[in-house]
Amino acid sequence: MKRPDVLIALAIFAALAAAPFIGFGQGYSLTLLARAMIFGMAAISLSLLVGGGGLVSLGHAAMLGVGAYAVVVLDHARITEAWMVVPVGIGAAALFALVTGAIAIRTSGVHFIMITLAFGQMAFFTTSSLALYGGDDGYTLYNRLEVFGSRALERGIVFHFTCLGLLIAVWALVRALLHSRFGRVLQAARDNETRARAVGFEPYPYRLAAYVIAGAIGGLSGVLLANAAEFVAPAYLAWQRSGDLLFMVILGGLSGPHGALMGALAFVLIEEWLAKLTEHWRLIFGPLLIFCVFFMRGGIAGLLRRG
Amino acid sequence: MNTTLLLVQALNGLQFGILLFLVAAGLTLVFGVMDFINLAHGVQYMLGAYLGATLAALTGSFWWGLLLTLPATLAFGLLLEFLVFRHLYERDHLSQVLATFGVILFLNQGVKAVFGTAPMQMPVPELLSGGVRIMDGLLYPTYRIAILVAGLATAGLLWFLVERTRVGMLVRAGATNAPMVSALGVDIRRLFMLVFGFGAMLAGFAGAMAAPILSVEPGMGDNLLILAFVVIVIGGIGSVRGAFIAALLVGLVETIGRSMMPDLMRLFLDPSAARQAGAAMASMLIYVVMAAILAFRPAGLFPVRR
Repeated sequence: MKRPDVLIALAIFAALAAAPFIGFGQGYSLTLLARAMIFGMAAISLSLLVGGGGLVSLGHAAMLGVGAYAVVVLDHARITEAWMVVPVGIGAAALFALVTGAIAIRTSGVHFIMITLAFGQMAFFTTSSLALYGGDDGYTLYNRLEVFGSRALERGIVFHFTCLGLLIAVWALVRALLHSRFGRVLQAARDNETRARAVGFEPYPYRLAAYVIAGAIGGLSGVLLANAAEFVAPAYLAWQRSGDLLFMVILGGLSGPHGALMGALAFVLIEEWLAKLTEHWRLIFGPLLIFCVFFMRGGIAGLLRRG
Repeated sequence: MNTTLLLVQALNGLQFGILLFLVAAGLTLVFGVMDFINLAHGVQYMLGAYLGATLAALTGSFWWGLLLTLPATLAFGLLLEFLVFRHLYERDHLSQVLATFGVILFLNQGVKAVFGTAPMQMPVPELLSGGVRIMDGLLYPTYRIAILVAGLATAGLLWFLVERTRVGMLVRAGATNAPMVSALGVDIRRLFMLVFGFGAMLAGFAGAMAAPILSVEPGMGDNLLILAFVVIVIGGIGSVRGAFIAALLVGLVETIGRSMMPDLMRLFLDPSAARQAGAAMASMLIYVVMAAILAFRPAGLFPVRR
């Protein structure tokens, strides 16, 4: 088979589409699946940076946070029309990514990790000081987004398929980007910056564009995350959340957006399962992470390819 | 804002900077010598505080608690090195970040499981309770001065070790060019274990000293860790001198910013808005400083390498 990654992704999308009709249609399961799909989008956007560009960002949760807080600000002003809120959320995150990325991408390696972490912390502290929107305690939305005045998204099944549709769109976009000329330059600069320069490509604008696109997708998942929970708190932007996102990407594997997709689904489901098992689930989760780093190079995607 | 208040805040800032330095010193050396990102360095600080508080309660003496914390955190650091970190030196930064992040998750939760989520208290020792009159109408707590003195003494000792001993020379050489030092016949792994254990002990010492003035709680190392990273990035990775200057800078900016920003904002905004905006600005200030320094000097203020 020439394109195993497409087959894997399509199989997952089919399973997600079928899930509500084969016993996972109750509110609880749908909420969990929506959460998994939303983090899937965020992880795919991060994999464009980490896998495609070799840019290890430890501040990606801030992109989700900006998108989520765009929803909060508009909700507070009683604007809940999706055609207004979604573009604003995406635009705000893209703008944040453009401004911070313009500085961060001047650095590389360890410094890039640290400076993205620093920008993430700035966003975190900013949101926790917004007393108008609940400060540290967070903000409960009045209602979910409306589409042309319709409250259809309040229904779990509609929200489920909205998330699935957007997830497929995000996956297809990132996959197409990585296979385009743009993606090739990005990967060439990741593998050997000097050589990329020597053949006439200045990596900076390509990296910045990737950073902004990843930020925009992160903003979209932030908008959805806020609507899934109907609640937003600064904890969405905590640096641990950025660490979680990186773990999703690595757990799935860096070989393409399907890896990040699998990683995010596995992460959310494992987290849920462990949390049910014991209150101290992180005692298992932490070593699991270390185990994955030690023994699962290539992630789940790598296992599938070998298997 | 009057001079007395400013002086108090400056002293608090210096004292915070010294604590930061003790954590950052180990971090910058580990980072410099092995090119290893250890996110779990902050939990060493947390463990130091917990062990200090527990041992002080068990022995009934602050001094025994502080003294016993040193070998305990040293042993724990070496154990972590043996179990996890030594398998990561050859790996990329991404793997190091993730694996040490896993260590943080485990230890933060472990501390919750063992000690509970409620903050612990460590009493200030009798000898250092009370205050010192610095000037008219200004009584500054003796214990905080003791932290400042002990921290400066430790910094001096560290300076001596790094600049004036043979091991220190190897550490400095390792930070500049580790493969070369290794090629000259130095067992870089053993050197690293030494640096690592010592760094863990310093962070634990800082935690135990800070325990009486802070609440000892799970996750207390995380915020300090990020500030320590800011310190070593500003100071230049691998540079102890850079870390010292940057730590004091960060401590002062953070502490004075926190107390002055709300007042500064009041010039432009109404009081309640100024309080919120000021707090946010103060928290952000240090990251703005870091971003500005990195934008103009990507390798920090005192770059070690080449």
